[in-house]
Amino acid sequence: MRVLAAMSGGVDSAVAAALAVEAGHEVVGVHMALSRNREQFRAGSRGCCSIEDAGDARRAADVLGIPYYVWDLSERFEDTVVADFLSEYEAGRTPNPCVRCNEHIKFEALLDKATALGFDAVATGHYAQVLTREVTEPGPDGAPVTRTVRELHRSPNEAKDQSYVLAVMGPERLARSMFPLGGFASKDEVRAEAERRGLSVSNKPDSYDICFVSDGDTQGFLKARLGARAGEIVDTSGEVLGEHEGAYAYTVGQRKGLALGRPAADGRPRYVLEVEPVSNRVVVGPAELLTVDRIEGDRSVWLADDVLAVAGWEPAPAGTDGASPGRVSGWFEASVQVRAHGVPVPARVRAVVGPQSGSASAPGGATRTEVELTGETLRGVAAGQSLVVYQGTRVIGQSTVQRAYRAQRAASAGR
Amino acid sequence: MTAAPTEPSPGAYLDHAATTPMSPAALEAFVAELTATGNPSSLHSAGRAARRVVEESREAVAAALGARPSEVVFTAGGTESDNLAIKGLFWGRRTTEPHRRRILVSAVEHHAVLDPAFWMAEHTGAEIVLLPVDDDGVLDLDALRAELAARADEVALISVMWANNEVGTIQPVHEIVQIARPYGIPVHSDAVQAVGQVPVDFAASGLDALTLTGHKLGGPMGVGALVAKRGLPLTPVLHGGGQERGVRSGTLDTPAIRAFAVAVTEAVAGREGRAEHLAALRDDLVRGVRAEVPDAVLRGPDPLADPTLRLPGNAHFTFPGCEGDSLLYLLDSAGVQTSTGSACQAGVPQPSHVLLAMGVPEEDARGALRFSLGATSTRADVERLLAALPQVVDRAQAAGLASSARPRATSAARAATTSAGRPA
Repeated sequence: MRVLAAMSGGVDSAVAAALAVEAGHEVVGVHMALSRNREQFRAGSRGCCSIEDAGDARRAADVLGIPYYVWDLSERFEDTVVADFLSEYEAGRTPNPCVRCNEHIKFEALLDKATALGFDAVATGHYAQVLTREVTEPGPDGAPVTRTVRELHRSPNEAKDQSYVLAVMGPERLARSMFPLGGFASKDEVRAEAERRGLSVSNKPDSYDICFVSDGDTQGFLKARLGARAGEIVDTSGEVLGEHEGAYAYTVGQRKGLALGRPAADGRPRYVLEVEPVSNRVVVGPAELLTVDRIEGDRSVWLADDVLAVAGWEPAPAGTDGASPGRVSGWFEASVQVRAHGVPVPARVRAVVGPQSGSASAPGGATRTEVELTGETLRGVAAGQSLVVYQGTRVIGQSTVQRAYRAQRAASAGR
Repeated sequence: MTAAPTEPSPGAYLDHAATTPMSPAALEAFVAELTATGNPSSLHSAGRAARRVVEESREAVAAALGARPSEVVFTAGGTESDNLAIKGLFWGRRTTEPHRRRILVSAVEHHAVLDPAFWMAEHTGAEIVLLPVDDDGVLDLDALRAELAARADEVALISVMWANNEVGTIQPVHEIVQIARPYGIPVHSDAVQAVGQVPVDFAASGLDALTLTGHKLGGPMGVGALVAKRGLPLTPVLHGGGQERGVRSGTLDTPAIRAFAVAVTEAVAGREGRAEHLAALRDDLVRGVRAEVPDAVLRGPDPLADPTLRLPGNAHFTFPGCEGDSLLYLLDSAGVQTSTGSACQAGVPQPSHVLLAMGVPEEDARGALRFSLGATSTRADVERLLAALPQVVDRAQAAGLASSARPRATSAARAATTSAGRPA
């Protein structure tokens, strides 16, 4: 196969490219330039966007003996990932830019461009596994037809597992993607593989932070791009407790940085409960009010046809876009995860096409996900977060949290 | 697993404006001199021998360019020469005439001129005037006249390149000098692309300073010269041992200087015949691209209409609906090495400031590709390009559609139906 290896300049994508080469593929390395004003050197843990990182990727490609190019996707990145980041915070939501980057850049702009240029697949250094199995079913004429089903699974390396940020891509894009690091159980193993191949990035530090917030100060970034908008911090009774310079800078569940002058009457810590973009108010209160046991998501992407089929989900009528309202699947057992490094909790889940209940603003026709937590509750689930549905290690689907409902039952072991 | 550094592929090399292969004569001189010992500034016999090589080289370069040997200042290449010209002249003039703060440069200069000029604006109070060009990239002489008529007494220097590195446009250097002369304003020209391609005579040009470099004309990288009139007020940029009439300190690179002089002599002596050969090849290339890709747009002066306005080895097109990086990748895969514009350290292709200054819309400027021929270019190179091009452009257009910018991810985009809800 002709494989485009996306090379950030880090150790993971370098080893992924090496493994693609050793698997016998014809590999070309591409580094995506995602900012027009790149820093010369990487700073701290924001390691993927500097010119130094582009140089590290180039040297890895040299060592692997593969061609190497830099593609400028900065405009597309600004128009999708950064714009979404800003508009989501502005709307009082909590976006995950890495999910949006996978959705719009790596597995859309880059993948589509690669496909158009004649590549069969894009390989990245993500930690997740694609498992395939053959399924034989009766075809349209009754004769059995065998097809390959690709399943996205968690990496055996739990600490590094990135299935959460990959779930957004959908089955058709998954079919054109390769994750050569999928089977690695530890980062040390990957570093050892890099070392063994003479890749100089073998001991390069991991990156964690948002790559386009160059100093790691998200609040400062938002303030610079959105401007200061002073407003009130209130408690659930509406009493004004303090002021803020922009409601967009607060996230549901946040405790630090509230700078409230006086402690709560009961002396307990206060958390952000709600961010109200229209009134520009931030509502704070005790932790137990953050406990959530029901979630609704929109913009759903399903990766497990078979699971939904068992749940009674009818295929879309021929000649429609699959979005006619009123279709609904049965409830199925699953687990859900709402944060990149969060813990999955048991739930029952169903897919619904149609407007959000009680929400006139929700787009009619979009596939929604309804979740009822059946075991532990979750704490501080903000609209905009990515919700990923699993069965065991398998990714069933992904959705963007639209609304979380406060638990009516007593809070227990909220996570 | 460490792969050996790969030899350049035997494909068609159409990027001589980035760098040229070293000529056999220059290479021979280079290698021969590398075995010699002696610092040209030393006073003993080994030093004198090295110094003799340097001075003979200086005479050779001067002779090839219509300059006097004492006007040739050896440098480490085009960028250093341009920096010395811009900064050195600005500082040099300012010591006697501090009110002269304006630097006039064309909008299509190489970054080696633009960036020092803008650095001077940031750090030493210079004011930069970008002189406009027309659709072909030719300097607007009336704009220069108007600027000088209005504020000649504030101008420190003028810098306009002899020929453009991207679109090959030859500038009216003689007219520029004529316009500046009555005001006594020094004129510098970056002739990196011009020497060996078009006639360059320093004395006849009337220029005060001229930049050239070795690796664009068959010499080694890392060596060049600033040809500068002897009385020119040039403040040094590099301070130290006082070499090169105190203007450029640093131990002289004897092997590189000797090879450079051989290459300059050779390039200038063989210029006429080579230019004729290159122009014929280039014209075939232009005709061929137009025949294979009818919607490709030639940028810069049309050589088939007037061959005197453009470097003989240069052709430059924009391909609608394509991104330059896609074209470059696909052609490279097909064994044809080209450039989207000027080679960039970060390797990030961005819309060329040269094309934008020529009034090319940013959208079109993304699909730019430069083809530059040189002494080693053959008809087979051009044929290889033309054979690959139609398929490459089709594919790049498809990729351009796939990755073209989408609407911003606003709430409207968020409200859009997620079609991925069902497997396609």
